[in-house]
Amino acid sequence: MTQPGAVTAPQPHVAHQSHHEELGFWRQYVFSVDHKVIGIQYAITGLLFLLFGFSLMMLMRWQLAYPGAALPLVGNLFGEARMPGGTMLPEFYNELGAMHGTIMVFLGVVPLAVGGFGNFVVPLQIGAPDMAFPRLNMASYWFFFLGGVTMLASFFVPGGAAQSGWTSYTPLSVLAGTGQTMWLIGMLFLITSSLLGAVNFITTIIQLRVRGLTFMRFPFFVWTQLVTSFLLLLAFPPLQAAAIMQMMDRVAGTSFFMPSGLVVSGQVLTAAGGGNPLLWQHLFWFLAHPEVYVLILPAMGIVAEVIANNTRKPLWGYRSMVYSLMFLGFMSFLVWAHHMFMTGMGTAMAAFFQTTTMIISIPSVVILTALLISLWGGSIRFNTPMLFALGFLPMFGIGGLTGLPLGFNVSDIPLHDTYYVIGHFHYVVAPGTIFALFAGVYYWYPKATGRKMNETLGKIHFFGSLVCMNVIFMPMFLMGLAGVSRRLFDGGETYAFAQPVLHLNVVSSWGAWILAIFQIPFIFNFFWSIWKGEKTDENPWQATTLEWAAPSPPPHGNFLEPPQAYRGPYEYSVPGAARDYTPQHEA
Amino acid sequence: MTSDHITVDHAADIDRQVRVYVVVFVALLALTLVTVAVSYLDLPPAMAIAVALLVATVKGSLVACYFMHLISEKKLIYVVLVITAIKFVALLALPAVTHSNGFWIDE
Amino acid sequence: MEIPYTFEVRRDTGLTNGKIGLWLFLASEVMLFGALFASYILIRTGAPNWPRGDTILNVPLATFNTIVLISSSVTMVMAWASLVRGSFATFRIYMGATILLGFVFLVVKYFEYSHKFHDGLYPSTNNFLAIYFTLTGLHMLHVAGGMALNAWFWGPGAKLWKTNPVWFTNRVEHSGLFWHFVDLVWIFLFPTLYLL
Repeated sequence: MTQPGAVTAPQPHVAHQSHHEELGFWRQYVFSVDHKVIGIQYAITGLLFLLFGFSLMMLMRWQLAYPGAALPLVGNLFGEARMPGGTMLPEFYNELGAMHGTIMVFLGVVPLAVGGFGNFVVPLQIGAPDMAFPRLNMASYWFFFLGGVTMLASFFVPGGAAQSGWTSYTPLSVLAGTGQTMWLIGMLFLITSSLLGAVNFITTIIQLRVRGLTFMRFPFFVWTQLVTSFLLLLAFPPLQAAAIMQMMDRVAGTSFFMPSGLVVSGQVLTAAGGGNPLLWQHLFWFLAHPEVYVLILPAMGIVAEVIANNTRKPLWGYRSMVYSLMFLGFMSFLVWAHHMFMTGMGTAMAAFFQTTTMIISIPSVVILTALLISLWGGSIRFNTPMLFALGFLPMFGIGGLTGLPLGFNVSDIPLHDTYYVIGHFHYVVAPGTIFALFAGVYYWYPKATGRKMNETLGKIHFFGSLVCMNVIFMPMFLMGLAGVSRRLFDGGETYAFAQPVLHLNVVSSWGAWILAIFQIPFIFNFFWSIWKGEKTDENPWQATTLEWAAPSPPPHGNFLEPPQAYRGPYEYSVPGAARDYTPQHEA
Repeated sequence: MTSDHITVDHAADIDRQVRVYVVVFVALLALTLVTVAVSYLDLPPAMAIAVALLVATVKGSLVACYFMHLISEKKLIYVVLVITAIKFVALLALPAVTHSNGFWIDE
Repeated sequence: MEIPYTFEVRRDTGLTNGKIGLWLFLASEVMLFGALFASYILIRTGAPNWPRGDTILNVPLATFNTIVLISSSVTMVMAWASLVRGSFATFRIYMGATILLGFVFLVVKYFEYSHKFHDGLYPSTNNFLAIYFTLTGLHMLHVAGGMALNAWFWGPGAKLWKTNPVWFTNRVEHSGLFWHFVDLVWIFLFPTLYLL
């Protein structure tokens, strides 16, 4: 076909060489089109939302540990409508639960992992001057920001924020208050942001990689971002469609998710009916299962980078890791209904989804095993990023292995509505993904600022967090196996069979509050090191990938001269070489 | 600057293309009339659905192949579209998954 | 700072950034409309009875609209072909026609909608109308978006033709890809909603 672009065109705009000096404050730090500034904006906003979501959970943990007791000190701040006399009302607990999930997943982890690290690191690792569409990149951030503001604002509408869980199951969510409408509007903003981001990432990775950087020379992190972007691109639109339909149900009175003859509080609803509540679950999990991999894949990418760097060895089985990654991306669209075994699924369908679920665990195990074997025989440097990366491996392992019983219909049914599920996915996401994200913060901080974060504070942060995370989530498995429901606002107080394990709620809660204390060294370290951290050159970790060829912090346009890749990403300890690392850009 | 850079290579090519566009246009109009005409025949539902979707698919393919130039696109675009097509099939399996006999107990 | 491959083709992929970006966006749009089609099928196959589209909707009007949209696709591709030939004046005529035809489509749709409302038929009346209004409403938003894009290239965006005709031609091609996609969606919407 005719390709007008194929013809050599005269180069316009030659006069625009280095105009970044002239930008004012607003264009440089707020409405910036520079991928590094946008990445840092995403990262800081994401970290703040993680802290906020964590605070919501700490409130819930009070209610679970001491049901009905007035919350000391801060209890009276939430007003008579939510916590009369400092005692939490069930409606407020539901708000906290729904918004904790939504904020952690859509406003905390994904923006930090994809928006933050993806934006900052990927163009550097492929040697590009910026993202392929810088202005679109800025739009992604601001759509995300609007989504976040909408979610926060929903706490202040009459009736409060969404209360139907982060999954917003219908028909409950259709009948819920105004907060749910805000939730849907917020989600539409966040989806738009993710879609624009995904288009940008894929185009950037394919088009802007430098000469010599073939696909099999990509750092593993770039691969994870590429697969993640495809997941976002193709899995989010079905949720978008579902959100539009739920919005129609709520605003225009349609019945997409409303079955005929629904009776609420003794009254038959007047809606036309004929809808299917399961449709929402299908569309939601069609997104949300791939979303699980959106949460975990960038984390694996960060861990792979840090492990290769600190074992001073090439990754073991790089190719098998890449192929596993692609297979994960492909299979993640075929397992969604294992979240729906409780809906009365027939045996044929259950058999299909159990099989695909067991198959999809194989590539995850391959990647984790490859990372574990990579440690073998390495001269490991135990710095803070490495500690977090090493912490990730067993924590994600526990999360993954406890997921297996949930992949089988027979064992899922008794476990599904219990704390076992909460324990399982939090092990994957909290001490799993979030540890990897911390590893990334400590690892790439010198690139962003030109200074290292403090090691001692980092180690306090790591060991404190590691212990607390296990204190929080390990008891949940025991409570779940004892059959305690995960949806009760009093933590199961009224059930006789729950009594022997109820004290574990107190253990969990104290774990959570102490975990908060161990985040203080991190927050202090993060700001203190900007001005006082140890100064570094452009490659403080003696790493091989391309981002370390740029100055720290890299200027607008990144590289002083365009780099070229001459070798694979992890050429550490090459026999006969003068140093124990050979950077990709060295001929 | 003139646009010679573009036209020199493609002048003959584009004239051929324009003739193709006109042919496709006529075909699309004809198929639209066919599908409307068939709907007045009151065929049995299965038959009607099959014919309507077949005609729509042919029309859609004409648009995609010729107006959107997919017939001669680069390999990378095909890769993206094949991945999308696989996920799309999974998505369309969703009603079947819900309603097929024995898959969901209440159906 | 220059982003590489904004208008020149990268040799190994044979593509510009814009074209890949646009196709990726269209891939997500396929999934968006695909999810709505899947929902339509799921709700319809689960319903005890379902009205045939032509008992409620106006088939001749929709046939007319189909022809309007197909014609606009042809004028769109002709607008692009004019640029490839180097004739900006013809581009303006064809692009103007494309925008005008999009406008005709919306006007017809407006009359269809207001006629339904006048008859007391709303999205809440039954699930057939719910899916009809949702799908066509979303499609209309896409038509409006495509028109805005085309209007930009017809008007202020056309300045680029003077400084970088190759880039401008590419952008019009990409705008066209979106417009053809909108046409393609309608080609499927028309029989499923009106004729079956």
